[in-house]
Amino acid sequence: MSRQQRCDLRNGLLFVSPWLIGLVAWELYPILASLYYSLCEYSVLTPAAWIGLDNYRDLFTDEVFWKALSNTGFYAAFALPLDLICGIALALLLNTKVRGMVFYRAIFFVPSLVPMIALAILWLWMFNAQYGVVNYALGAIGLPGPRWLVDPAWAKPALVLMSLWGIGRAVVVYLAGLQDVPVHLYESADLDGASWHHKIRHITLPMISPVIYFNLILGIIGVMQVFAVPYVMTGGGPARATLFYTMYLYDNAFTYLRMGYACAMAWMLFLLILGLTLIATKVSERHVYYAGK
Amino acid sequence: MIHAILIALSCVFLFPLLWMISTSLKPIDQVMKLPPEWIPRPILIRNYLDAVNYIPFFQYAKNTLAICILGIIGTLLSCSLVAYGFARIRWPGRDALFILSLSTMMIPFPVTMIPLYGVFRTLHWIGTNRPLWVPAFFGSAFNIFLLRQFFLTIPFDLSEAARIDGCSELRIFKDVIVPLARPALMVVALFHFIYAWNDFLGPLIYLTKQETFTLSLGLQFYQSQHGGTQWHMLMAASTLVVLPVLILFFFAQKTFIQGIALTGLKG
Repeated sequence: MSRQQRCDLRNGLLFVSPWLIGLVAWELYPILASLYYSLCEYSVLTPAAWIGLDNYRDLFTDEVFWKALSNTGFYAAFALPLDLICGIALALLLNTKVRGMVFYRAIFFVPSLVPMIALAILWLWMFNAQYGVVNYALGAIGLPGPRWLVDPAWAKPALVLMSLWGIGRAVVVYLAGLQDVPVHLYESADLDGASWHHKIRHITLPMISPVIYFNLILGIIGVMQVFAVPYVMTGGGPARATLFYTMYLYDNAFTYLRMGYACAMAWMLFLLILGLTLIATKVSERHVYYAGK
Repeated sequence: MIHAILIALSCVFLFPLLWMISTSLKPIDQVMKLPPEWIPRPILIRNYLDAVNYIPFFQYAKNTLAICILGIIGTLLSCSLVAYGFARIRWPGRDALFILSLSTMMIPFPVTMIPLYGVFRTLHWIGTNRPLWVPAFFGSAFNIFLLRQFFLTIPFDLSEAARIDGCSELRIFKDVIVPLARPALMVVALFHFIYAWNDFLGPLIYLTKQETFTLSLGLQFYQSQHGGTQWHMLMAASTLVVLPVLILFFFAQKTFIQGIALTGLKG
């Protein structure tokens, strides 16, 4: 190693040293400790006691765990595709040559900035079974309004509907992708007499597929960890209908002080997210098109 | 045709926010009136004063702002330094470490949550706001990534010239790179503010005393005690929580949109 190289190495390490310390203190150590605790009985108040795979075994027979998992699965199965389709549709609408695009984009983006606490309280009020404006609007067009958040059958659909209000962030990403699609592709399609849905199917969607993939991955990571909004709105009720995975994990950790069990849940969550991401990647490999490659 | 659809959808998207403001200005008996009315009669600005006094809004706002500001300072300092080390200096092992930093983004927070709680408990930081801003001084993978990508676009000739003039790396960082990277630093600061203003799980875990609560936690506390009745006050408080974010958006709309588009396309 020359003098210059040694100097560069020293400088490089000095510049990244804050992150190196952080990596050990807030990432590597907690990851290893969490793996260890997941094999222990641990309440934070007393030292961890090794119990092997018992926590993981208990998960499989824990009814509440399965309930929380299926709630999360339900939410993901409806919210992910719905947000994806509506997000793309909205972006396509906004990408047409309408006047005031900046204005519309702002309107659709702003709700995604609303802090979760305000979001939760606002929709709690709008979904109010008796005085809520949602049921009033349904009544006005002759539909009977369900009792939404206090009805176990309707609480999750209410949360799925709410998630649509926050798609603006994804729309901005789709729009950026749409604006990168070369115009000449559409022009040659026009010459060949392609219809609008042909153009969307064979030009637009393939060209923005990397962005769709990106939003899908972010979506998976997000829905698997929903916490704040249902925690504030329902606390997991009614009848555990909105007890989602991370909420049950939180309860185990900080309400029942079963921290080892909660760590086991956290690792299962990591494996779930990893698995879903890998499936999404495998599926998208056939469909995602990277223009640069 | 498209205009008609867009206008209809805009109304749907704007409705909740307008309804929040409308409810926040109504007397309570009008709030609970069927059919619902749009225009508050009379318009009660007093709801806001009541909400602010009853909820200790300013106390919570002060606590939240302190966490936001300290966090922004920490994030800007640490992430820009680290990103410089990853983008502008060539050293053995750099790229492997950078990939390691990216892969930590894959770990969901619940995995590290419990040992972190243990660490902060040993440090006697539980009940203080320190767990919510001290880690920002040690960089975060996402912001490091964002800044590194930006630093890479700055011509290397500039730092080469400064190096020949005998500038140290720290001088180049301070006098050449940081001034040119101002737009990217703005994005990072803005995103961190939104994140910290919005954060709920962190404060819920670490803050135990009511006088240290953030707005998110304080509002949840109030809602859980008076929920289902005091809608006018809850809507007033919610409006006040949304307001700073809206104001920021109107002044920095371009930074927001570019920042989000940037993260989406480079990711």
